[in-house]
Amino acid sequence: MTIQHYIFLSVALFSIGIIGVLTRRNLIIIFMCVELMLNSVNLLLVAFSKMHHLAATAADAASKAGTDGQLFVFFIMVVAAAEVSVGLAIIVMMYRNTHSVDVNFLNRLKH
Amino acid sequence: MSKLVYLVPLFPLAGFLINGLARKRLSKSLTGIIGSGVILASFIVSIVLFYDVKAGHSGAVSLFDFINTGTLKIPFAFQVDQLSSVFLLIITGVGFLIHLYSTAYMHEESNEHFARYFAYLNLFVFSMLLLVLGGNYLIMFIGWEGVGLCSYLLIGYWFKNNDYTNAAKKAFIMNRIGDFGFLLAAFWMIQQFGSLTFADVFSKADGMKSNDMVLVGITLLLFLGAAGKSAQIPLYTWLPDAMAGPTPVSALIHAATMVTAGIYMIARSNILYTLAPTTQGVVAAIGLATAILAATIALKQNDIKKVLAYSTVSQLGYMFLGLGVGAYTGAVFHVMTHAFFKALLFLGAGSVIHAMHHEQDIRNMGGLKKHLPVTHWTFLIGCIAIAGIPPLSGFFSKDEILAAAFSKNAVYWVVGVLGAIMTAFYMFRLYATTFLGKFRGTHEQEHHLHESPAAMTIPLIVLAILSAVAGFVGVPAVLGGSHHLEHFLAPIFAGSVKKLQHAHHLDHNTEYMLMGASVALAAIAILYAVSRFSKKPDLDEATGLGKVLENKWYVDELYNNIIVKPLRNLSAFFNNVFEKMGVDGAVNGVGKLVNYGSRQLRLLQSGQVAAYILMMVVAALILFIIQLFV
Repeated sequence: MTIQHYIFLSVALFSIGIIGVLTRRNLIIIFMCVELMLNSVNLLLVAFSKMHHLAATAADAASKAGTDGQLFVFFIMVVAAAEVSVGLAIIVMMYRNTHSVDVNFLNRLKH
Repeated sequence: MSKLVYLVPLFPLAGFLINGLARKRLSKSLTGIIGSGVILASFIVSIVLFYDVKAGHSGAVSLFDFINTGTLKIPFAFQVDQLSSVFLLIITGVGFLIHLYSTAYMHEESNEHFARYFAYLNLFVFSMLLLVLGGNYLIMFIGWEGVGLCSYLLIGYWFKNNDYTNAAKKAFIMNRIGDFGFLLAAFWMIQQFGSLTFADVFSKADGMKSNDMVLVGITLLLFLGAAGKSAQIPLYTWLPDAMAGPTPVSALIHAATMVTAGIYMIARSNILYTLAPTTQGVVAAIGLATAILAATIALKQNDIKKVLAYSTVSQLGYMFLGLGVGAYTGAVFHVMTHAFFKALLFLGAGSVIHAMHHEQDIRNMGGLKKHLPVTHWTFLIGCIAIAGIPPLSGFFSKDEILAAAFSKNAVYWVVGVLGAIMTAFYMFRLYATTFLGKFRGTHEQEHHLHESPAAMTIPLIVLAILSAVAGFVGVPAVLGGSHHLEHFLAPIFAGSVKKLQHAHHLDHNTEYMLMGASVALAAIAILYAVSRFSKKPDLDEATGLGKVLENKWYVDELYNNIIVKPLRNLSAFFNNVFEKMGVDGAVNGVGKLVNYGSRQLRLLQSGQVAAYILMMVVAALILFIIQLFV
């Protein structure tokens, strides 16, 4: 598979995520869409990093160039997991207070 | 010995500080002793300096560096030479007498205001000494500004009277116009000569050719300064109004010393003026015009101090005429004699006003001869001296100026003698109306008429003696004298004398004729004035030309209409149109714009999360596109 395939997949995932965030009102779905966007970026990161590594090893078999990008993705996933837990906690608290997960319900915060 | 020169201005400064700071604690007698004592001390040092200079020790005394930047170095230096030592004697000598006189004249004032008066007076003497002693134009300018300030403070001494404070403001503003000229001239000199020290400027100017544009410009600007300080056309109108101040102030500042600062400055810069004949012509013409204009006004004034004020303006005009025709010694000589007799006349007027309980209108006086004998006799001596009757001092100094004017241009002499005739006439009109005839005031005033105390009459007597004999220091060769003053001042004016080279020196017969003519005409004017006004003073309402003269040729009204009113209207225009619509409009407009803009932008904050995100995405897209394609 060429790098273009990864890029197209990643863009498609990201666009789905954005459209979901923009159009849906259910907080959980918005949250899932945000995760989708995040992971599309992760995917791109891994893909580029792999490509980079291949190009480097082709020139010099002992090269370690490009491995750090893949390592980086793990950190992002760990942080994302923490973020998800906080986000879900907020959603649960919101449901307890308003008996709804509709984001438009939150616009009362401006008053 | 000239190392001690700094003591001369230091004493009055100390007096100013003591009287000014401790004015609430000092008693009147202590204030008077301090105030007069410091001037006496200065006078004694001045005498010592004078003899020192006479023995041949003159030069600049540099105390410390005042301004030192780049190539410009201005030391705080004093110039001790023949010219400044003569002025020192006049200032401290006449100044001391007037301080002494003031202790009695101002005695009705409360303690605090009495001390304030003496503090101002001491500050004035300090500034005047700084002006005269300054070794460069900057130090001179400090004194120049200082005397202007003191003049303002003392004219407005009775500051609760609105007219008096207005007179003070008028004097200050008129002086400022002149100072502006002085300042510009100083800047020009720095640019041209790179120095303000007299010696440097004069030696550098000496090499320039006659009537060089730069020299003409500098001297004209300096003359503007002199015209402001010494009350010449067109800036003379402040001096008559300055009579609002206490009478000794009029005597000291507005007759004897400060107003002669302009003459001192031009005499000091004589080389520059000699090298700029165009400016000399202007100086002579303006001096003559002022002399004659002020003399005509004085003919019809009824306020005792106003007559003397216009007479001062007129005499200052003569001094400028002298400077303009190159008779520098004559001008300085006239400064000296004028200081004596005009101080005497003002102090005499003060004594009359004191006796009349602040009555100044001569139409309400008359017959004061027998009530105020000392004042009467001394005043008469002053009148004769100013009228130019030999052998009193005014004759010698005025005659010297007129003779020099004649050798320059006979028209100057004719107009000058016309002014001298008027001088004799109005002075004796004043004398006859005040001292001769019958008393015309109220009974109460007549009951209280008394001769002034000794502190006032002693200065009068001393000044009367000086007015009578001061002329003998300058007896011209034609009358068998040797003109001591001219010999004494010769080093100062040497450069100019060499350049002037009078084409024809007047022969003795011409001089006798000129003297005889002017003295005879003045004597006729005196006799006519006395015979006309001693029996029947002119009390009637003036008509025709008399009314014009009484109203001072309507010059004040003219200035009001052509300068003050247009200026006010312009200010009103700027205030109403430019300020209210332009500046305020811009400031308020910015406020309104921000207010309106924020109100519109506020609508964006809808609270809809989706809307925010949409904006975010759109913005990100825009940035992305910019990044890609631009």
